Amino acid sequence: MKVISADHAVAHGARLARVEVVPAFPITPQTLIVELIAEFINDGELDADFLPVESEHSAMSAAIGACAGGARAFTATSSQGLALMHEMLYAAPQNRLPVVMVNVNRSLGAASGIWVEYNDSMPERESGWLQVYIEDNQEALDMVIQAYRVAEDREVMLPMMVCLDGFVLSHTVERVDFPDQHLVDSFLPKFKPLYLLDPDEPVTMNPITPPEYAMEMRFQLHRAVDGSKEVIEKVDREYGALTGRTYGGLVDTYQMEDAEIALITLGTVTSTARVVVDHLRSEGKKVGLIKLRFMRPFPSDELESIAENLKALGVFDRSVSFNGFGPVFTETRNALYHLGTPLTNHIAGLGGRDVTFKEVREMFTVIEEHAKGHRVKECHWHGLRGDS
Amino acid sequence: MVAKEIKTIKDLPRDDYLTRGHGACPGCGVAIAVKNIARVLGKDTIVYVPASCLIVFSALYPASAFKWPFFYTAFENTGAVISGIKAALKRRGREVTVIGMAGDGGTFDIGLQALSGAAERNEDVIYVCLDNEAYMNTGIQRSGATPFGAWTTTSPIGKKVQGKREFKKDIDAIVSAHSIPYMATLSIAHPNDFVRKVQKAKSVSGFRFLHVLCPCVPGWRSEASKSVAIARLAVETGMWTLYEVDHGVEKLTYKPKTLVPVKEYLQLQGRFRHMSEEDIEKLQTWICERWKHHFYEEVPVPPCKIEEARKALIIDEDPLHGP
Ligand SMILES: Cc1ncc(C[n+]2csc(CCOP(=O)(O)OP(=O)(O)O)c2C)c(N)n1
Ligand code: SF4
Repeated sequence: MKVISADHAVAHGARLARVEVVPAFPITPQTLIVELIAEFINDGELDADFLPVESEHSAMSAAIGACAGGARAFTATSSQGLALMHEMLYAAPQNRLPVVMVNVNRSLGAASGIWVEYNDSMPERESGWLQVYIEDNQEALDMVIQAYRVAEDREVMLPMMVCLDGFVLSHTVERVDFPDQHLVDSFLPKFKPLYLLDPDEPVTMNPITPPEYAMEMRFQLHRAVDGSKEVIEKVDREYGALTGRTYGGLVDTYQMEDAEIALITLGTVTSTARVVVDHLRSEGKKVGLIKLRFMRPFPSDELESIAENLKALGVFDRSVSFNGFGPVFTETRNALYHLGTPLTNHIAGLGGRDVTFKEVREMFTVIEEHAKGHRVKECHWHGLRGDS
Repeated sequence: MVAKEIKTIKDLPRDDYLTRGHGACPGCGVAIAVKNIARVLGKDTIVYVPASCLIVFSALYPASAFKWPFFYTAFENTGAVISGIKAALKRRGREVTVIGMAGDGGTFDIGLQALSGAAERNEDVIYVCLDNEAYMNTGIQRSGATPFGAWTTTSPIGKKVQGKREFKKDIDAIVSAHSIPYMATLSIAHPNDFVRKVQKAKSVSGFRFLHVLCPCVPGWRSEASKSVAIARLAVETGMWTLYEVDHGVEKLTYKPKTLVPVKEYLQLQGRFRHMSEEDIEKLQTWICERWKHHFYEEVPVPPCKIEEARKALIIDEDPLHGP
């Protein structure tokens, strides 16, 4: 047990997962991760190669090259760095290369800032990467280890992005429990590549693919992302049996057994919302919380069975599709369309603005009104200065 | 197993790793270069190819002309991907030559950053630039490697401006400035020099850079049968200098007896046929300066007028020829 930041928890996770090649490029608030990994390597605590590449585009390129060469590859980035990698992200899934990357969420582009927002990682859900969102430092460490088990599962063979809130987690210290190395070793065996660049058995990886074949390949990838759901649940259960910690797989719920209204959250806001739910429960309100962990694969069926009996449901988003809704809302509405559950979108915390107890309470007030059949706006921005 | 040293073209093994069945144009300098480099490097090699003519003509699913393990992902990342592959192979305890083969666009321009990064880190890989002096894969657009005066689709022959106005970037000087163990320029018309340099690159460890001039039939508006002759004239006219920088020591590996006027080189290629005397003289001056830089010899500018212009090998009716 140590008191460390989520960035350091991630670095310890990578160390325990015995990553072998770590190409990296610094960006705030991710830097602490790669700095600590570099220290592990130079101190001989981790037997790996650190590649201090000259950009994020090259970091992802080198990670993909290393994975194709048969090594367990790790990298981490954030915001502009992830955007610079965008082109390369697409190479890993279609080549079935299980690279694991931590993205420390941070806002992107103009009105520039270094604070948490999900508009860096959300657009990448079309890339074929699995995406998990983290609530606390312990989950950050555990999920790096779990991510390799899922990604390298023969039924999956896909890259995975572990997303965590910039500063709120990355630079905030919490107590974190370290699983024993031998426990991790038994849970996560050495990486066995499915395809490999090896002169003794030469294969051509990623040739130009004409329309006669490319569509079937996309379909296979589509099915692989879908199929990863079962593996994610299984790996989480197994990890729980070893360490006593599970995270609920794709979604976790809080006070949902008899809930009439609920809010979907992801990331650190979940912790705030849990306290709000406790308060509302003490006032006798039947409210619950759905912690969405994965954006890819998106747990449509799971949400459907959880939301089945709700009178209204709200969806929190820390990013926005301008002139539209937040991406979590859009995906949720897609998944629950035929249930007809009254849905509202709650956009908050953009550009790193705090999402407070008061605002989460406001979200529940809107959902409650909606449940009563009152007309409410479909999309609310919370915490705006001035009118909303 | 210690491989036999390959000193001349006669020692070149016959086994091909870029096999027949690829889709390169007849007379393609890139195909000739790759095939022969592969013969020297032999079996225990992994190749990365970025977006370029080579990927399109060698690996089109479900076929592949490479007998080496082959990987492709994007255009600008050759230096980075080969760094990653090498790191993995080292971890697996495998003695394998990792080679990246990029075009001039993927080296001089968009790939320069990753190339420089890999060179600076002295990655243990071979980087080959297959220089056909334009972006051929996307249909002959100018690159930093395109010579002064040349026609390309983005340096067209206009009423106001004719052809490319900038001189070729000196990538070899840029790469050498990284103090890498080995850098060499190669020509497909000088096979003994060619195989010796590839062999040397294979035997050295650290970052190695091989720069091959690769005539391109449609891009240079030339005859398929003339690719090797054009490559030879490039050297004889000083458009291409054969040299190497071995651990910091620069050495010229071939010196033409006299400097042949550049016009002899230009007139075999439709991409230069619009060039005015004034522009040819400009290019000639550039060559003479380079010549002085490499051979420490002054040459009169222009070194000579062409007494008797040879018949240009341009076939007007062929849509491939003449812009
Ligand atoms: C980021 C990006 N921009 C543009 C392209 C389009 N593109 C593919 S190959 C190429 C030109 C290749 O030129 P070069 O490297 O000289 O190789 P050549 O085809 O001439 O052998 C271009 C522009 C691309 N694939 N990726
Ligand atoms: S276009 Fe040029 S480089 Fe490309 S295959 Fe044809 S000859 Fe070779």
